[in-house]
Amino acid sequence: MKKFGFTTAQSRSIDYDKVNTKLIKYIIENESSFSTCISCGACTATCSAGNITHFNIRRLNIQIRLGKYETIKQEIDKCMLCGKCMLVCPRGINTRNVIMLIKKGLTTLDLSD
Amino acid sequence: MNPKKMWNTYQKEIPENNLYYARSCIRQNFFPASEFIFLDIMRNVLGKYVFDDPNHTTCTGIGYHADVVPFDTTQTVIARQFSLMTEAGLENIAVSCVTSFGLYTEVLEMWRHHPEQLERIRKFLYKATKREFNIPKSIAHTSDIMYSCKGFIAEKSKYSLINKDTGEPLRAVEHIGCHYAKMFPSNVVGGAEFPRVLAGMIESWGGQVIDYPERRHCCGFGFRNYLVQANRGYSVSNSQKKFESMKPYKPDFILTNCPGCAMFMDKWQYLIAEMEGETYDSEGKGIPVLTYEELAGLVLGYNPWDLGLQIHQVQCEGLLDKIGIEYNPDLKYADKDGNPLPLPKKPDILIQ
Repeated sequence: MKKFGFTTAQSRSIDYDKVNTKLIKYIIENESSFSTCISCGACTATCSAGNITHFNIRRLNIQIRLGKYETIKQEIDKCMLCGKCMLVCPRGINTRNVIMLIKKGLTTLDLSD
Repeated sequence: MNPKKMWNTYQKEIPENNLYYARSCIRQNFFPASEFIFLDIMRNVLGKYVFDDPNHTTCTGIGYHADVVPFDTTQTVIARQFSLMTEAGLENIAVSCVTSFGLYTEVLEMWRHHPEQLERIRKFLYKATKREFNIPKSIAHTSDIMYSCKGFIAEKSKYSLINKDTGEPLRAVEHIGCHYAKMFPSNVVGGAEFPRVLAGMIESWGGQVIDYPERRHCCGFGFRNYLVQANRGYSVSNSQKKFESMKPYKPDFILTNCPGCAMFMDKWQYLIAEMEGETYDSEGKGIPVLTYEELAGLVLGYNPWDLGLQIHQVQCEGLLDKIGIEYNPDLKYADKDGNPLPLPKKPDILIQ
């Protein structure tokens, strides 16, 4: 193949037919309030762990919906379960339960494609 | 709101006669016959008056969008074009390039909101050239004018956009330049959401328009994205995204109204083929890319080699065969007297 001094970038478009939805389905089955999330980011803004690490619940939410489980595994243990995010959530989502369900899902579910 | 009433808000008045023609900088290099065909169709087929002024210059669009030409300079250069139009006794300007169309519209919008800026530019122009100008009554892109005349062209057409073997309408992808529809949607037929200008032509001339997911995505031209070699990956990635999105719909051709879009959607197909071995049709020949003037010329029965189709990167014989257009392959690379010209080197992957 010829070289032109530049390359193409991999497409970042999301094909929802190919996304692994096992974890998000499991979470919503057990914590239905999570389906009302509007990704406002209030949880991330108030997060204690987010102040001292790069932990970001809002990003985690998107990664769960995209089925990016390897990244979630690396991030999830940074949460200290303080629950401040529950206090500020405008939709009243039990975010602490969501975190617990993610941890449980990652260890007990078969998440392979 | 009543849908008919709502659609009326997406219309614009398009002058069809007594036009001052502003050419594009790059079209005559890459699509050498398009502007000639527009003038020929307007003057000799439709009988309109179009003034093709050799004194007008670039609009500075490429330099302006690449941040090397200041906006004051751009406005003064455009004011000079208006002064030439005024001098010719005309009020309506027909712009061949989408970048220029966007820039002319931007300048007029700027002057509407900031009349003091208009007065400054009048002074600049007078100081530099002793010229004065009137604001044009209307600005139309030449694709608007072609759209407006599509019915007359259909009446006089020799060919339809129908596959002669199957009797099915040809499947066309239409691509509208961003600076045509997205900057000032109210100046466009159909606005930014439903631009009708190319779809209307395709349907009037017998073809079928494909609606595919990335239909309104930019081609990637983007000025700064292609001017620096290291940045061209951004440009080609945009085109690639569109090609991948349209591929499953098996388009017979792509129609564009922007010089940059036509150039890159044509030439990036070669580049992607060479870089990644990928082509976006079933035969490895690529999807032909046409300008609206070339398409009008084809349906009106112009000789494809007079339309300059041999200059395109993706060759058009497959499309001509589908429509049933007659052509002489021996005259593809020949001068005006029929003497053979040197043949271009053929690529290995995007076969011809």
